[in-house]
Amino acid sequence: MSVAAGATATAPIPLRDPAARTRATVLVAAVVVLWPLLWLAEFKPWQLFASGNLQVMGSFLAGFLPPATAPDFLALLWTATLETLAIATAGIALAFVVAVPLAVVATRALAVSRIGPGPGRGVGAAVRTATRGVLTVLRAIPEVVWALVFVRALGLGPGAGVLALAVTYGGMLGKVYTEILESGDTRSARALLEAGSPRLGALFYALVPSTAQELASYTVYRWECAVRASVVMGFVGAGGLGQLMDQSMKMLNGGEASTILLTFLALVIVADALSAVIRRVLS
Amino acid sequence: MINGLHLEGAGLVHANGQRALRNITVSLGSGERVAVIGPSGAGKTTLVRLLGTSLRPSEGRLVIGDADPWHAGARALRRLRATIGVVHQSPPIPPRLRVVTAVLAGRLGTWPAWKALTSLVVPGDAAGARDALDRLDLGDRVFDRCDRLSGGQLQRVGIARVLYQRPAFILADEPVSALDPTLADLSVGALVAESEAHGATLLASLHAVDLALKWFPRLIGMKGGEIVFDRPTAAVTSAMLHDLYATEGRALPQQGVDVFEVDRPTNVVALKRPGCQ
Repeated sequence: MSVAAGATATAPIPLRDPAARTRATVLVAAVVVLWPLLWLAEFKPWQLFASGNLQVMGSFLAGFLPPATAPDFLALLWTATLETLAIATAGIALAFVVAVPLAVVATRALAVSRIGPGPGRGVGAAVRTATRGVLTVLRAIPEVVWALVFVRALGLGPGAGVLALAVTYGGMLGKVYTEILESGDTRSARALLEAGSPRLGALFYALVPSTAQELASYTVYRWECAVRASVVMGFVGAGGLGQLMDQSMKMLNGGEASTILLTFLALVIVADALSAVIRRVLS
Repeated sequence: MINGLHLEGAGLVHANGQRALRNITVSLGSGERVAVIGPSGAGKTTLVRLLGTSLRPSEGRLVIGDADPWHAGARALRRLRATIGVVHQSPPIPPRLRVVTAVLAGRLGTWPAWKALTSLVVPGDAAGARDALDRLDLGDRVFDRCDRLSGGQLQRVGIARVLYQRPAFILADEPVSALDPTLADLSVGALVAESEAHGATLLASLHAVDLALKWFPRLIGMKGGEIVFDRPTAAVTSAMLHDLYATEGRALPQQGVDVFEVDRPTNVVALKRPGCQ
């Protein structure tokens, strides 16, 4: 009793935030680190507004107008769009097949041996680290490099793009799936594992229901990225809108290029709508 | 038949250096029913997690049947865990799951993979799930989603999952903390009935002393991570209970509205247990 009375009699806790100093230090450190990076990246935005540069960019952009609408070009565009969608979708589907097993192995949320910790914890940790390493290697090499490799093996065309996407995006999806599965409520999965459930049971009865929205949203976003990536790979001969764009740019046909860019815009809007629908269904 | 749960001189120190349990020696025979009571922070939850092979003792050892599960292989440990059903205080059930799926998840430890996967699409044993829910007066919510349920209903879904699991050991950690007195009585009764019907060992930590006195023939009192007393309910005196909670004559933590006097444990015997024996 007397202790409590003594505590209330003393001055109240000063309201100076004990975290303030750390936060200020981190902020200053971030600026100190970022400033040289901007110099290294030759970030000089004012050069954009030098008179000569504006004129050059202006005439370059003016060449993009009006968008091309010739029927035979639109027919080509339609085929190329379908090809791009096919590359992106097939690539993501394959990447999904690559990513899911790796994510299930790599995620700590399904690590039975971590409970306790129990038997096999050393082996479990080693396997998880190795799997994360595989995911890192898969995604560290840009898809356009993989595409260059596969174009040599499979020849020009969409097949190389699909394989390149499967490899790189498999690594990306796998890494992010691993982390999404760990960031949700993992108690439910742990409870099932503690009742003798196998890992797949805990995955489908606990982790997937609690993270389905994030998983779906990220997968659709990656599909959208795959559409863009397939364009870049088209530049190296992997088919689709990219190859068409490459040809238009080489022929200095800005009108065609701008029609292709509008098509990208439409595809991204479609991806956005698709993501919204899936999230609503899963909510 | 696996018999008994035993802790021998077990202690537990958490990773952050905080000691949760000290020198716990307790033995539960096969089919025995025990309530663990004690003030908040006494180590009741940690005891349940230790017995449920969720935490590994820092000292001493756990014996289930006649083996130390922490010296068994991974496969044996998984098989053993399928025979342990834990009712968690806050039910670890994703809100998007349907009640029927949440209950059926109780048997994932014994179901083959194809059954677990197809059951996500078409419930593999909806009748079994509803039967478990019926025992907790929740049978009408079998096809609802769990996020449509109240906290008390969700807690009963957690109990139904363990009833459906039909484990050899039921460990319940404050299983009725979110329920009103009537439902709490019904739910503890359902756990006890399950134990009686299938010979399952039942250990429940309860914050309501009256429920413990009414349903359990043996009481373990815990305080500060240690066992203060462990004896037949009839031999637990009012002084021991008041000492456990350091209430000094004030009321003990209870559930019921028409509270009976805890002073004379003989009253306990007079209480009728509905539907049992």
